[in-house]
Amino acid sequence: MLAPLHKRLLNDYQQDFPLSPTPYRDIAEQLGVSEEEVLDAFYELSEQQMISRIGPVIAPNSIGSSALVAMAVPEADLARVAELVNAYPEVNHNYERENRFNLWFVAVADDEGHLYSVIADIEAKTGYKTMLLPMLADYFINLGFELNLHD
Amino acid sequence: MIDAIDYQLIAAVQAGLPIAARPYEVIGEKLAIAEQEVIERLARLKSQGLIKRWGVVVKHRALGYQANAMIVMNVPDERVGEIGALISLQPCVNLCYQRPRQGEVWPYSLYCMIHGKSREVVLEQWAELRHACQLTDYAYEVLFSRRCFKQRGAIYARNTAVREKSRAEHRQHSPVEFQNQSGFGLPAV
Repeated sequence: MLAPLHKRLLNDYQQDFPLSPTPYRDIAEQLGVSEEEVLDAFYELSEQQMISRIGPVIAPNSIGSSALVAMAVPEADLARVAELVNAYPEVNHNYERENRFNLWFVAVADDEGHLYSVIADIEAKTGYKTMLLPMLADYFINLGFELNLHD
Repeated sequence: MIDAIDYQLIAAVQAGLPIAARPYEVIGEKLAIAEQEVIERLARLKSQGLIKRWGVVVKHRALGYQANAMIVMNVPDERVGEIGALISLQPCVNLCYQRPRQGEVWPYSLYCMIHGKSREVVLEQWAELRHACQLTDYAYEVLFSRRCFKQRGAIYARNTAVREKSRAEHRQHSPVEFQNQSGFGLPAV
């Protein structure tokens, strides 16, 4: 199970990772451990696939253009289609969901034209239609994740 | 609003900050700008709200949050804003947004996500939310996730050649409007 240091790193630095020349040392000082321990712990979390990255979450539609895309794919063909979809660098999330529309992904491109051409390409390559669901209003996107790591 | 260097900087950090003693220096070297400039630009992009948050992005499934539901609701347009705001106040919800309906095939206007460790808990939370947020009159569907095929940060930067190519293609084919509602799930002609 996760060590206390790992839990703190996962939970406490989602919103405000230090913007200083030595962010890992700053965190180490805040948590009362060595910089080496912090670097090692982040490395382990990354290796164990517990963190996706330390980086930015960009406000939707502030740069470029994005859309949620749904597809209804026969079960037997889903793995093939998902792999084709994954291959696009413009696709950043791709999930199977329990629904007739069983494949859901988010595509992001630097402009609308590029986004549409990627979607057209996906339709052509997979042989299935897409349902495009761009965001109309964002009521709450706190992509941070409060972890209940005590149980 | 943002200049070419900001754009390159976002491209350079989007896959993640290096786990190294001077990570912003590493990024600066890639872009041939000073470490301090990297830091200042990121701080500015954050204060401008373009970077919504700057930090650790966890993989919630790996951390035990395996029961994750996207809930879609058909809320009348005149109530979407009010109900979206109400849903956003519920602690179990961490995303809420409006998206366009797609006719009868997909009549849903409001989306929210509940991430949980078990299906039962998520369904209980949804039942409570549904009553608390005056949603009982509206049609809905709960879409639990099954497989995660991909989760990673958005990639914004494309090279110019790709952009030009895609613009040219877009002029010939724009699939954004969904027209053939009966065609879902069938191979495209």
